[in-house]
Formats: sequence, structure tokens, C-alpha cells
Amino acid sequence: MNWHGLKAIYLHEMDRMRRTLFQSLVSPFISTSLYFVVFGSAIGSRITEIEGISYGSFIVPGMIMLTVLTQSISNASFGIFFPKFTNTVYELLAAPLSTFEIILGFVGAAATKSLIIGTVIILTAGIFVDLHIEHPFIMMFFLVLTCVTFSLFGFLIGIWADNFEKLQVIPILVITPLVFLGGSFYSINMLPEFWQKISLLNPVLYLVSGFRWSFYEIADVSILTSLITILFFLSACVLTIIYAFSKGYKIKN
Amino acid sequence: MSEILKISNVSKVYNNKFQALNKLSLKIKKGEIFALLGPNGAGKSTLINTVCGILNFDEGSITVDELDIKTQYRKARSLIGIVPQELNLEAFETIWDNVNYSRGLYGKPPNHSYIEKLLKELSLWEKKDNKLRELSGGMKRRVLIAKALSHEPKVLFLDEPTASVDVELRKDMWEVVKRLKQEGVTIILTTHYIEEAEEIADRVGIINNGRIILVDEKESLIKKLGQKILKIELAETIDKIPSNLGIFNLEINSDKNILTYIYDTKGENTGITSLLSEIKALGMQLKDISTEQSSLESIFLNLVKESENELARS
Ligand SMILES: Nc1ncnc2c1ncn2[C@@H]1O[C@H](COP(=O)(O)OP(=O)(O)O)[C@@H](O)[C@H]1O
Ligand SMILES: [Mg+2]
Repeated sequence: MNWHGLKAIYLHEMDRMRRTLFQSLVSPFISTSLYFVVFGSAIGSRITEIEGISYGSFIVPGMIMLTVLTQSISNASFGIFFPKFTNTVYELLAAPLSTFEIILGFVGAAATKSLIIGTVIILTAGIFVDLHIEHPFIMMFFLVLTCVTFSLFGFLIGIWADNFEKLQVIPILVITPLVFLGGSFYSINMLPEFWQKISLLNPVLYLVSGFRWSFYEIADVSILTSLITILFFLSACVLTIIYAFSKGYKIKN
Repeated sequence: MSEILKISNVSKVYNNKFQALNKLSLKIKKGEIFALLGPNGAGKSTLINTVCGILNFDEGSITVDELDIKTQYRKARSLIGIVPQELNLEAFETIWDNVNYSRGLYGKPPNHSYIEKLLKELSLWEKKDNKLRELSGGMKRRVLIAKALSHEPKVLFLDEPTASVDVELRKDMWEVVKRLKQEGVTIILTTHYIEEAEEIADRVGIINNGRIILVDEKESLIKKLGQKILKIELAETIDKIPSNLGIFNLEINSDKNILTYIYDTKGENTGITSLLSEIKALGMQLKDISTEQSSLESIFLNLVKESENELARS
């Protein structure tokens, strides 16, 4: 194991966040606040409570999921795309680093960033609503696994993308709609039966539901299903990466 | 001297099916400065990037200090430093951070005093806190050199290090190269400036169309292949070259007092003796005689032309 190399990549990536610290931390703070103003106050004044939880509190887990998912993907995909784009990737390829170490460094840093952002959102939400977390360990477990899984997914996108459009197409066209339609801001029980069935095809629903359960013990699907879903995603990403690299897929051709 | 780098029968085909290296073999001796010369598109960068692990190759084998670069890549690569041809650097990082980062990537623990010495030697120390994008092209080249040396490599590749750099940097760079040579570092540089090879290389290899055409000691290459120029200074000026000397294809300078004769040192018969006897028979008085070595440049052009003719025939 090239520990110094791994550390160098990790800190180098974290440094990018430090340089844009303001942007990195202030934007989730502001968007969280906006969600509370728009959804919490405007809509919340009409929806007062869902399953005994105030609407403002109800949307917190979904909001965290929305941000953590998109941030993980964009951080990790951009992190590896950037050196390809600037051609500084030569250094990673020439250094005595295994593919595993490179992935660990980039994905580890992206997941860390998302985790920090998730924490900022929880703290911000605490300002607006009364937060209580019923199962903090399960909550952390979900949060960490989601950060890691979607950072891995983002890394794959970053490797695959050879231009900026490709880099953004999956997050914008696939992930964001799935999260919005995955019950982040509502309970699917509020939908007509047909749309409830359709919603169950959305994998993100299971993550949001499980995550919300760790806060309030209310869920659209059972917690076990949610746990299996996130573990399934994680394994799928790991296997895809192993498969891609074993088939000779290169960080850069 | 033992060999530090062995390249055997390496072929490289790019994705677009273009064959950039063609069963290329080359051995580099420990501690030497080796200049790889070749026209644009000859495969110089491809060869270097292949040895450094940036490109993968299809067949053949490469070892650095007896370590196979595929199966023992960790040990092999940590011995190598590369200064790439293009000036690609990150934008927002400082020189100091970026050079230390490179050292880390190569698995070396931090050594701030070494990096400080390196930056000073490359006249980068005052700018160490500057962001990379604020630097001029020459400064960027210096940073790339510092990065390549940050992990104290045993073999250094310089891919066209002097392309579009100022005199100052050239001087600094050759100082560093000389220091490294004294410390036993092997240096392989590519260039299409012949003077550069002539100036600092111990050996020269000529590459064209993905093949090594020739490798030799610089001196013996010049001697063996070079044409020589014989200059004959006359005691009195002449109006024109006497017709008796016509077969020698002489040239005369504008002052009408120096004849030049070009001959091939490889040839059986240089023609010098007959030329001089002819001159004596004509009763001309000689003031001075000198010979000059022809440059690597002409050797290079001849060889490249030959190899292209050969390729055209096959
Ligand atoms: N990525 C690539 N894909 C296809 N062909 C390439 C690529 N890179 C270089 N080549 C071709 O390979 C040949 C050798 O290139 P290169 O090694 O850069 O030459 P040199 O460094 O000697 O100028 C050139 O004909 C070039 O066009
Ligand atoms: Mg080149």
C-alpha cells in the first residue's frame, strides 16, 4: 500500500474544498434555509403534519438525501474528471499507485465532503425546526453508506465522461428527478394508489424512507428493505468498478 | 557500466490503429545523459510515456534497474521522474503545495528541506506561494522539473525540456542536469534541437517512425558518420578555381583566398592527397590548412532521409 500516495490524493482533494470552503458550506446552508422558507412555511402552513410529524421536520431527511446524493456524485465525478480535463492525470498514472489506491483517495475525499455537507444541513435544520433523531447510529450508517456509494457512482461517471455534458447528464436527467419523486418532500401515502405503485419502482425512495425512519420511525417501506437497497447499491457500484478496470478500462486511455 | 533501462521489442498501437512504436529496443546505461533525437511525430513522447507508465503497450518488455515496469510497477516507477512535453498544471494550487503533493504521490514521506533546496535551485523559492495559473510558461516548466525531482528519482526523463524556454532557464536547467549527473542520476532527454544533444549528451539515439535507427556515443557518431570540411587558405588570391581542380567540387569564399573541400571520413579514399598534390603541381602557395567536424544536424538529416527512403521501398 502506498500510504503517502493515498494521503496525498485525499488531502489534495480535500484542499480543493478548503479553497472553496465558503461556496462548499454556505451553499447547502442557504439552500436548506430556502427549502424551509418555501416548503416549510408556504406549503407547511397547509400540510401542517404528516403522520404526526410537523411538515418542516418531515422534509429534513429528504433534503439531506437530495443534497448528499447530488453532492457525492458531482464531487467525485468532477474530482477525477478535472485532472483528465487539465491533463494533469499523467502524474497519477506515472506514480507508483494502484487503481485501488487512486479510487480510495478520490472517493474517500468526495464522501468526506458530502458527509460534512450533510452535517451542515442537519445543523442548519436544527435552527428552523425541532429535530430529534430516534436512531442516531442507523442514521449515521445510512448517511455514510449513501456518501460512499454515490461517490463511487460519481467516480464512475467521471471516468466515463470525456466532456462536460456527459459529466452532468446523469445527475441532472436521472438523479435529481429520482430524488424529487422519491418522497423527499412528501409521503407517498399522499399519492393516488397508481402513483404509489410507480413510486415503489424508484430506488431512491427506499433510501429516503430508511433515512427518515432513523429520524422519526416513520417510513414508506420497511427499514430492512431500505438497508438491503443501500447495500445493494454499494455492491453494485463496487462490482461495476472492479469489472470496468479488470476489463482494461483505464482512468485515461 | 551497467544498464539501468532496458527496452526490448516494444510495440505501441494507439486506439486509432496507428502504430507509434515498432518493435523498439534500447538500452540506457546507468548515470549517462542520453539524447533521443527525432523529427516531430517520430515517437519520442510515446516512448517516454510508455516507460513511465502513462501509456500501456502491446508487446515487448521494459525494465528499470531490473524491475519490470508492469509486474513490479511500484518499485520501478518510484525510481522514475518525468517532465512531460506539455505544460499542464493545476490552476489554483500553490507551487509549494503542488510540488509536495508530487512527492507524496510517489510514496515518499514529506521532506520540506529537500523541497526547499530544490525550489531554490530552480529559482522558484520566492514564488513558492504563488498560484500555478499565475506563472509564465518558463516558470511552469521549472515547476514541472521540480515536481519530477520531488521524489529524488534515479532516472529522469525530460521530454523536449527546452522547447520555447528562455536562455536563463536553459542555463539553470543544464546546471541541474549536471548536478544530477554527478549524483549518479541517469537522464534521458528528447529534443529536436541538435545543438542540445551536442552540448550535453554522452550518447545519442536517433528515432524515426517508431524505430531506433541508430545509437552511438556522441563523439564517435560525429566522427564515424560525419563529413569533414577541409579549408585551404591560399597565400595569394585567385580569380577562379583552376579547371584542373574541377573534379574536387571546391568552393571559394568571397575574399577569393579560401578553398573548401568536403570529404567523407568513412570513405576509402578521402581525396586529400590528390587534391594537395594537384595544388602543388599548379604551383599555388598555401598559407594554412584546417579541418572541421560536421555537426550532428547534418548526420541526423541524412539518417532520417535514409530511413524514410528505406520505408518507402519496403
Ligand atoms: N493519442 C494518440 N492517438 C493516436 N495517435 C497518436 C496519439 N498520440 C500520438 N500519436 C501519433 O503517434 C506518433 C508519435 O507521436 P509522439 O510520440 O508524440 O511523437 P514525438 O514526441 O516524437 O513528436 C505521431 O504520428 C502522433 O500523431
Ligand atoms: Mg513529443
